[in-house]
Amino acid sequence: MKKAITSSMRARKNIRLTLSYVILIIISIFWLIPFIYLLAQSFSVDTMNYSVFFPDEWTFNNYVLLFTDPAKPFWKWWLNTFIVAGVTCIIQTLITLATSYAFSRLRFKSRRFIMKAFLIIGMFPSFLTMIINYFLLDLIGLNNSIFGLVVIYCASSAMSYYIAKGFFDTVPKSLDEAAMIDGANKNTIFFKIILPLSKPIVVYTVLMAFTGPWGDFMMASYIAQGNNDLMNVAVGLQNLAQVGEVSKYFSRFCAGGVVTSIPIMILFFWLQRYYVEGVTGGAVKG
Amino acid sequence: MTELELMSKPKYERFFLKIGLFFSRIPSKISSFFRILPLKLRLLGKKIASPFLTIWDAFINGDWKTRLSFLFCGFGQMFNKQIVLGIINFIFELVFIVYMVLVGVPWISKFGTLATPLDEFGNACEIHTTSSGFEYSICDRSNDSRFIILYSLITIFFIICMVYVWYSSVKKAKLLQDYSQVVKKETDLDIVRTFTGRNYDKTLLTIPLAGVLIFTVLPLVFMILIAFTNYSSEYNGSKIVFNWVGWQNFANMAGLGAGYETFLPTMLKILLWTLIWAFFATFTNYFLGMIVALLINQKAIKLKKVWRTILITTVAVPQFISLLLINKMIQDNGIINNLLLQWGIINQPIHFLINPWITRVTVIVVNMWVGIPYTMLICTGILMNIPEDLYESAKIDGASPFKMYMKITLPYMLFVTTPYLIQQFVGNINNFNVIYLLTQGGPLTSSYAAGAGQTDLLITWLYKLTMTNSSKDYAMSSVIGIIVFCVVAFISLIFYSKSNSVKNEEEFQ
Repeated sequence: MKKAITSSMRARKNIRLTLSYVILIIISIFWLIPFIYLLAQSFSVDTMNYSVFFPDEWTFNNYVLLFTDPAKPFWKWWLNTFIVAGVTCIIQTLITLATSYAFSRLRFKSRRFIMKAFLIIGMFPSFLTMIINYFLLDLIGLNNSIFGLVVIYCASSAMSYYIAKGFFDTVPKSLDEAAMIDGANKNTIFFKIILPLSKPIVVYTVLMAFTGPWGDFMMASYIAQGNNDLMNVAVGLQNLAQVGEVSKYFSRFCAGGVVTSIPIMILFFWLQRYYVEGVTGGAVKG
Repeated sequence: MTELELMSKPKYERFFLKIGLFFSRIPSKISSFFRILPLKLRLLGKKIASPFLTIWDAFINGDWKTRLSFLFCGFGQMFNKQIVLGIINFIFELVFIVYMVLVGVPWISKFGTLATPLDEFGNACEIHTTSSGFEYSICDRSNDSRFIILYSLITIFFIICMVYVWYSSVKKAKLLQDYSQVVKKETDLDIVRTFTGRNYDKTLLTIPLAGVLIFTVLPLVFMILIAFTNYSSEYNGSKIVFNWVGWQNFANMAGLGAGYETFLPTMLKILLWTLIWAFFATFTNYFLGMIVALLINQKAIKLKKVWRTILITTVAVPQFISLLLINKMIQDNGIINNLLLQWGIINQPIHFLINPWITRVTVIVVNMWVGIPYTMLICTGILMNIPEDLYESAKIDGASPFKMYMKITLPYMLFVTTPYLIQQFVGNINNFNVIYLLTQGGPLTSSYAAGAGQTDLLITWLYKLTMTNSSKDYAMSSVIGIIVFCVVAFISLIFYSKSNSVKNEEEFQ
C-alpha cells in the first residue's frame, strides 16, 4: 500500500520534471534564435541580406573592419562606453544601495515623504528634461565630455531604490539588533552585515548600473551631437543602422552588436557565483 | 451589519451590499470630516507658525551671540565650541550674497517678461544644426529665454537653501545658549561622530538627494514652466526668445485653438493604448518571469546556471541592438516570414508592422522577450530568500505545490515587489525603446494629429513632437508631458498607498 503511494508520487514528480525540462528547452530556443541570427549575420560576406538565416559565405572581415575603419571608429565608441559604464556602475551602485538602506533601516523625519516624492518624480517623461540637463552640464563645463553622461546617469540613481529596499526589508532585523548589542554602529551594520547578506540584490544592482549606460541611446546621442569622438556604442551603431547606411553596414552592425555584448556576458558570468542559494537561511535561529 | 453577517451572504450579494454600505456611509463621513476640520486647521496653523515662533523667541530671549547669528550665520555655533560648523555656515552666507549680487538679481529681474530687447540686427541667438539633425545655438545668453528661466530657477533654489541655513543656524544658536548651563557642549568632533549614528541618514542621503534635486527636480520645474510659454521653433523663427502665454497651450490641447482641433482625440486614443500596453507589458512580464524563475529554481532541475545564462544573453545584447534586429526579422521580407513561407505554414507574409492590431500584439510579445529575463533575475534573488522552513512545514501539512505557490510564494513576492511592479508599470507607460525602435510608432494613420501612429505611446509621440517633427513644439509637448505625469501619478499613488509592502513594511522581518 505504502509502496504504491510513493511510486505514484514519484511518477507524478517525474512527469512534472520532464514537463519543466520541455518548457525550459522551448523557452531557451525562443530566446536564443535572435542571438544566433545576430551571430550568423555578423559573419556574412553580403553586407545586407537579412532574409536568410545563415549567410551563404562566411568571413571574419566585419570584425576586422570594426577596429580598423577610421570613418566609423568603433573601438573609440566601445572605449567611451566602457569608461562611462564602468564609472557609472560603481557610483550608481553605491548611491542606490545607500539610499535603499536608508529607506529600509533608518527612521527619520521625512522618510515617507521622500520615498513618495521619488516615486512621483520618476514618472515624469525623462527625455523632456534632457535639454535642460544639457544646459546644466554646460554650466559645469561637462557638456563636451563623456563624463557629462556619468553625471547625468548617477544623479538620478537614487530613484531606483525600490528593489534593493524591498530586499533589505526581508533581511531579519534581529541581526541588526544583535550587532548593535555587540557595539556596532549603523555604518558597520550596513557594510558588514546587510551588504554581505544581500549579495543577489547587490549583483542585480551592479548589473543594472552597468547595462543601463551600456545601452543608453537618447541622452548619449544628445551629448554626442553627432561627434564621432563622444559617441557611445549605441549611438555609433545606430548610425550604422540608419536608413541610408544599413544596406552597406548591416553585417558590421551585427558584428558590433556581438562585440558590445561580450563585456556584459563576462560581468554576468563573474557575478553569477554570488547567486548562492539560501543567503539568509540559517542566519537567525529559532 | 456585522462582518460575520456579511460573510454569510453569497458572493454576489456581498458585492452589492458592500456598494450599498459605501454609499450609506457617505453622509457620516462628510459630517465627521467637518467635525475634524477645525482641529486639523488649528494643527496646520500651529505647524506653520512654529518656525516663526522659534525665530521670535530667539530674538527676544537670545543673548548677544544668538542675536548676532541673525546677521552672521553660524556665529552662535562659532562661540560655542562648534567652530568649524559655524565657519561653514558663515561661508555659505558669504557665497550666497556674492552670488545674488553678481548673478542672481540680474537674471531674476528678467523672469517676469522672459524676452529682452534684441540687438541691432534683431537677433538674440543663432541656431546651428549639425549634420545629424541636432540643433544647438550660439547666443548671447542673457537674451536667451531658456537661460533666463534656468538661472532664475537656480537662484530661487539657492534662496530657499539660504533661508533654511539661516533658520537652522539661528535655531541652533538658541539651543546652544539654552543648554550651555545644563549639559556638556557638543563639539565639532561629537557632531561628526553622529554621522555614523543618529544622523546616518544624512550621511547616506545627502549626495543622492542633491543629484535628484539638481538633475531631476530642477529640470522638471523648468519643463512645467515651459508649458506656459510659446517655446517652439515654429513660433520663434531662429531666435530662442519666447514669452509667457498663460493657459493658452492647455486651451489648445482641449481643442480650442486654431490648428489644434485633432489634438484632443489623438491624445485620448494614444492614452488609451498607452494604458492597455502598460497593463499587458507589465503583467505578462511579471507573472511569466516569475514562473520561469520558479521553474529553474526547482530543486530537481539540473544545470541551473546554463538555463539562466541562456536567458541572460538577451540582457547582454543591448536592447537597442536586439530591437533593431527584431525589427529587421519581422519585416514583410524578413527572416521569420521567409522561413514560414518556405515551410509552407503561411501563404502570404504576416504584416507584423502594417496591420495595427497585429503590430500591437507583436510589440507586447517582443516586450516579453525583452523583459522576462530581467524579471527572472530579480525573482531568483528574492525567491532564494524565502525561509525554507515555511515550505517544509507546509509540506508536512500536506500542501500541494500549487497551494504552496498561492499561499507562500505569491504573497511573499507581491509583498517584496509591489513597488517594483508600480515602477515597471510607470516604466512601461514611458517605454520609449521597445516601441520606437521596433515600430517607430507606426503604422501611421491620417486620423491622428502631428505624425502620431497607432502604436505610439504618449512618450514616443512627445519624442516626435520635440525631436523629429519640423516644428519642434516644446510648449505643447510640455503640456502633454504634464498630462501623462498627472495620469500616471494618480494611478500609481493609489496602488502605492494600498499596497501591503507600504502598509506593513516590517511584516516579514
